[in-house]
Amino acid sequence: MPQAHLKVWRGGNDGEYVEYDVEYEEGMVVLDVVHRLQATQAGDLAVRWNCKAGKCGSCSAEINGKPKLQCMCQMGTFEAGETITIAPLKAFPLIRDLVTDVSWNFRVAETMPELKLSPPDADGHRRMHQIDIDREQEFRKCIECFICQDVCHVIRDHPENQSVFAGPRFFTQLANVAMHPLDQNPSSATVAHGFGLDYCNITKCCTEVCPEGIHITDNAIIPLKERRVDEYYDPVKALIRKISGKK
Amino acid sequence: MADIETHEYDVLVIGAGGAGLRAAVESSALGARTGLICKSLLGKAHTVMAEGGIAAAMGNVYSEDNWQVHFRDTMRGGKMLNNWRMAQIHAQEAPDRVKELEEWGALFDRTADGRILQRDFGGHRYARLAHVGDRTGLEMIRTLQQHAVHRGIDVYQECTINRLLKDGDRVSGALGYWRETGRMVLFRAKAVVIATGGLGKVFSITSNSWEGTGDGHSLAMQAGADMIDMEFVQFHPTGMVWPPSVRGILVTEGVRGDGGTLKNTSGERFMFNYIPPMFAAETADTEAEADRWYDDKVNARRTPDLLPRDEVARAINAEVKAGRGTPHGGVFLDIASRRSAEYIKRRLPSMYHQFMQLAGVDITKEPMEVGPTAHYAMGGVRVDAETAASTVPGLYAAGEVAGGMHGSNRLGGNSLSDLVVFGRRAGENAAKYALGLSALPAVDAGEVSERSAAILKPFEGGRENPYTLHRELQDCMHVNVGIIRTESEMKQALAKIDDLRERLANVQVEGNIQYNPGWHLALDMEHMLHVAEAITRAAIERQESRGGHTRDDFPGTSGDFGKVNVVVRLRPSGMGVTQEPLPVMPDELKKLFEE
Ligand SMILES: Cc1cc2nc3c(=O)[nH]c(=O)nc-3n(C[C@H](O)[C@H](O)[C@H](O)COP(=O)(O)OP(=O)(O)OC[C@H]3O[C@@H](n4cnc5c(N)ncnc54)[C@H](O)[C@@H]3O)c2cc1C
Ligand code: SF4
Ligand code: SF4
Ligand code: FES
Repeated sequence: MPQAHLKVWRGGNDGEYVEYDVEYEEGMVVLDVVHRLQATQAGDLAVRWNCKAGKCGSCSAEINGKPKLQCMCQMGTFEAGETITIAPLKAFPLIRDLVTDVSWNFRVAETMPELKLSPPDADGHRRMHQIDIDREQEFRKCIECFICQDVCHVIRDHPENQSVFAGPRFFTQLANVAMHPLDQNPSSATVAHGFGLDYCNITKCCTEVCPEGIHITDNAIIPLKERRVDEYYDPVKALIRKISGKK
Repeated sequence: MADIETHEYDVLVIGAGGAGLRAAVESSALGARTGLICKSLLGKAHTVMAEGGIAAAMGNVYSEDNWQVHFRDTMRGGKMLNNWRMAQIHAQEAPDRVKELEEWGALFDRTADGRILQRDFGGHRYARLAHVGDRTGLEMIRTLQQHAVHRGIDVYQECTINRLLKDGDRVSGALGYWRETGRMVLFRAKAVVIATGGLGKVFSITSNSWEGTGDGHSLAMQAGADMIDMEFVQFHPTGMVWPPSVRGILVTEGVRGDGGTLKNTSGERFMFNYIPPMFAAETADTEAEADRWYDDKVNARRTPDLLPRDEVARAINAEVKAGRGTPHGGVFLDIASRRSAEYIKRRLPSMYHQFMQLAGVDITKEPMEVGPTAHYAMGGVRVDAETAASTVPGLYAAGEVAGGMHGSNRLGGNSLSDLVVFGRRAGENAAKYALGLSALPAVDAGEVSERSAAILKPFEGGRENPYTLHRELQDCMHVNVGIIRTESEMKQALAKIDDLRERLANVQVEGNIQYNPGWHLALDMEHMLHVAEAITRAAIERQESRGGHTRDDFPGTSGDFGKVNVVVRLRPSGMGVTQEPLPVMPDELKKLFEE
């Protein structure tokens, strides 16, 4: 069996990288190797995971410096003998080993606007056409891995911005509210305000790392920014557009 | 007790999957102070992994569909062992619950005229599953999660409940620990809803995550609640089998619903050889008819690829045993030769991704290799159909942890609908019960401190590794109490469970109490052993084969066993098993089965 040479962050802020050799089999992903390490050499190694199939967004970590899902990172993608460095997400406060405190994201979630849909048709059904929801469905693929939040320089380099900047994950949620064909919540006409959208300078780093392939910048952030410009010149038009469901 | 962090609620909901979230939303809407607890972060529960869809007879694709047909399919899928009233309520209320999810923001795929699209699934007569590609569970949990957050419900994330507490007969709260700090936390409550999901982690090949350790089953049992149907474990026919590290990960039934078919190594569509008499009248017996059925449900009969899951899992098992399986011990699931690449990518995007990234297989070009994986617990807490109340006053249960709804075998898509239908009822009735009590029931300080000490015991020194104990239990259950069972093997399993229990008393975890997965596993092991024992004892008691319970030594179904539930009770003297009569279906519903 081949051996992986791992360097894994152990401990809290005062911790250090510890090196391990772990045997692995063909087809394994990084998370499998971490689990084997846990079962054989480091029983208390803290790591989050749930689905092991890229569906829950629990297992985010920085692998050789790049934020990724550990469960979708094939061992076959490394050179033989290459040292694999596994570190916790850097933008969030460290709890221990590979686990960080992502509670800020849950606090931002509480500030998101809510949808209020128009009433259903007389037969009790709501009608929306697939073509009108394709883009919102793209945003709703988000598995809340918070990798985009981790790479965005607005918070990665300036944690103090967390109080004024919702971050790319939540820009997709705002865009979802803004574009929902049946939403009638008057307050969602102005979703592009107040969440720190101005801080984003469209570097697209978030889009590049999103494991769900969501076009965060092109499909969510840029349309929101354009909407803002519209609203600035003609807030009434923006509201009417919202209520009539036209994009 | 004074030094333990304490919270007080009218209703405490344990579990934040679809069932727990829906229960908490309802309870809080009725004005009950509601707390919601989960072992993982919010939004990561099993529900997020559900793929294929949520079953509801809305009749958007086939107007012939209605609750009676859904009810009949559910009962027949469960081999008539379901609690008929639960199956009826479920079929009647599911459409409203789906529309409610849409109102709260869920965006299901659409029909050409803009209504919610529905897809075919095993055992459902008509295309019935509302879905979003193959990520329906994500849509559902995110919708419920956002709705709950906006209702201001208190959520305790990464907090594990280890014991329910009682005041005399009735429930009075729960004791748990924060995973991050290892500190104890006490919840006092007038009513408790258990919504902790499944128990797949008792088996070695499973679609379940680390959370599926049967905690709620064990907590309820220990609190004295009746458990029913524990012998019925669903092995989903299509889990991944290769490479070894992905073994067990689910391949949605939607692949077959959308045209995929099972083949053995000679390329034969072997399911035509496994059509049981009960389903012969409504199942196609030629490939031509089966293929026509995808577009014409009225004049053609359904493909045997979509027989209920227990039938398909046993058929795959038999093919592999007969030497017609793949070298990795599975069979082929082929959609590549039957549908266009564009169609496959649009209908099954996450399956496409999953195989490409984890197995290096392009499912638009090659067949998948699949085999059975432990997936779903039909059995669980015995509940009242109308109120979701358990047999312990103040204790309610909903979702996968509750028993009765699915009988001996669950149909695909019927879980997500179960979660919202009975989650809502559990929340409503727990709130009403709690609001009717004037004071919080008492908590026994002695019990709390005794239990707190027991929770910390794995740090005291012994020599057993919790990961090793877990692996041994999983292997034992898989071999001895898996898809095919016999009494002698199950007795060996009971002996092994006893042995593991003794060794668990001697478990040793390394490190300290902060975010320590080895310690968490050592504590979960206690639950898994209770659950494994309950499954095994119930399976020994049921001397017949039915649904998710196949006995090599009793291969046929038995009329007598068709009239009873096996009930498990944990008492200070040990675990007892009895047979008790099923609730009897009223005549007007019985008529639905006379065809
Ligand atoms: C891969 C996969 C695909 C599936 N696809 C479908 C499908 O297409 N259609 C369908 O109908 N069904 C499907 N199912 C089944 C369905 O997803 C589950 O049965 C259902 O989601 C269970 O929901 P639940 O609310 O009962 O529990 P879960 O979603 O499992 O949630 C359990 C909750 O309880 C918490 N919990 C557990 N123990 C404790 C404790 N001790 N203390 C505190 N909290 C605790 C957990 O943290 C979690 O929040 C699928 C299942 C899997 C695994
Ligand atoms: S595009 Fe904007 S949101 Fe995305 S990483 Fe760059 S600055 Fe952050
Ligand atoms: S948008 Fe993409 S990267 Fe960001 S949290 Fe969602 S899935 Fe993760
Ligand atoms: S474990 Fe779910 S995304 Fe990796």
